[in-house]
Amino acid sequence: MSEVVINGSNFDSEVLGSTVPVLVDFWAPWCGPCKMIAPVVEDLSKEYAGKIKVGKINTDENMELSSKFQVTSIPTLIVFKDKKPVQKVVGFKSKNDLKKILDSLL
Amino acid sequence: MTSKKSWIHSFNTVQENNYDIIIVGGGPAGLTAGLYASRSKMRTLLLERMGCGGQNAITDWIENYPGFPEGINGFELASKFEEQARKFGLEIKTEGVISIESTSQDISGKAVRTENGVYAATAVVIAAGASFKNLNVPGEVELRGKGVSYCATCDAPFFKEKDVAVVGGGNSAVQEAVYITRFAKSVTLIHRRDRLRATAILQEKAKNNPKIRFKLESVVKSIQGGEQVESITTENVKTGAKEDLNVQGVFIFIGHVPNTEFLRDTVKKDDSGYILTDENMQTSLSGVFACGDARKKLLRQVVTACGEGAAAAFAAQEYVEEKRGTAYK
Repeated sequence: MSEVVINGSNFDSEVLGSTVPVLVDFWAPWCGPCKMIAPVVEDLSKEYAGKIKVGKINTDENMELSSKFQVTSIPTLIVFKDKKPVQKVVGFKSKNDLKKILDSLL
Repeated sequence: MTSKKSWIHSFNTVQENNYDIIIVGGGPAGLTAGLYASRSKMRTLLLERMGCGGQNAITDWIENYPGFPEGINGFELASKFEEQARKFGLEIKTEGVISIESTSQDISGKAVRTENGVYAATAVVIAAGASFKNLNVPGEVELRGKGVSYCATCDAPFFKEKDVAVVGGGNSAVQEAVYITRFAKSVTLIHRRDRLRATAILQEKAKNNPKIRFKLESVVKSIQGGEQVESITTENVKTGAKEDLNVQGVFIFIGHVPNTEFLRDTVKKDDSGYILTDENMQTSLSGVFACGDARKKLLRQVVTACGEGAAAAFAAQEYVEEKRGTAYK
């Protein structure tokens, strides 16, 4: 259970209420590149266990969360810290680039 | 002290990470090369910076890959390639390759450096593929992910009942324009020439689609918007007349650039960066082979990528056996 499934009902508690930064992966089942970055996101959830929480939002089922954070291109990764989005990454970034972003926010 | 330690570390890494063949890239070309090499009992590693699939994985529907008369979803096809290659023992790691070097003429004379370490191989197959080309107009970078997109299967559902522009006139542009009409209210296809390049059957589909409007002999000069795309400005290439078009999305399919920058001058490339090979996929550097979209050729399709992947794996295998002294002559 290293990745948390986020939806409209647990967003406030899991993301805004988190004591550690949360990396949220906006994805959808029909999105090939989302599946292609999924292993990278999963690796990060293991490597940063305890320091960062990793959440997944299915944009198909959570259109209101997607439009709230203006996600119109997936995969999109948003890092939330202290109850607000602090970094948005659209499309593919290498694992090392993502690690740099996470390290800078820790 | 530190440098000695890291030297020992990297030396050990090389010893533990020795392969017959290393394949760079996990699209159709790389996965087919992996299938052939593994099935020939070569100790083979495939390095892919993301998950496998390549550009194939972002194609909604492929109807010109033989064996699937009804057509098949690109990601599903890619998953099948991967499953088949793994079945024969292909090892796949999610690591981006930084460089390939020829360190010696020995059996482990190729060093493949990744973000995480160094691997040694006898032969290397480059199947790094290509990426979409940018328009390079004002607003494109700033509005990426805010209405500017390069992947219709990923993003089209976010444009339900919206007006959208598609830029390009090739197969990708026309096929994706048709796909986007499933969601969007209207699609304007913008192409700089007076006719489309796409294959006849795709053109026909687009022309018969009531949601698609054509704006030929036109180029996009800029994309405007704040939090989201609001409009684009086009220019007629003949008359120079400018026009503003209100759209909430811009999908760009104007061709590709090969993912070969990491190779620098290791192998010979053409002016556009495509790798030059002979008919057996051999590059200018002995023991290094190239296949798929990263290679200079006429037709870039899944079926040609697969064929080249098989040929490259076979040539790489022969090279390995030559080095081992076990070549069948």
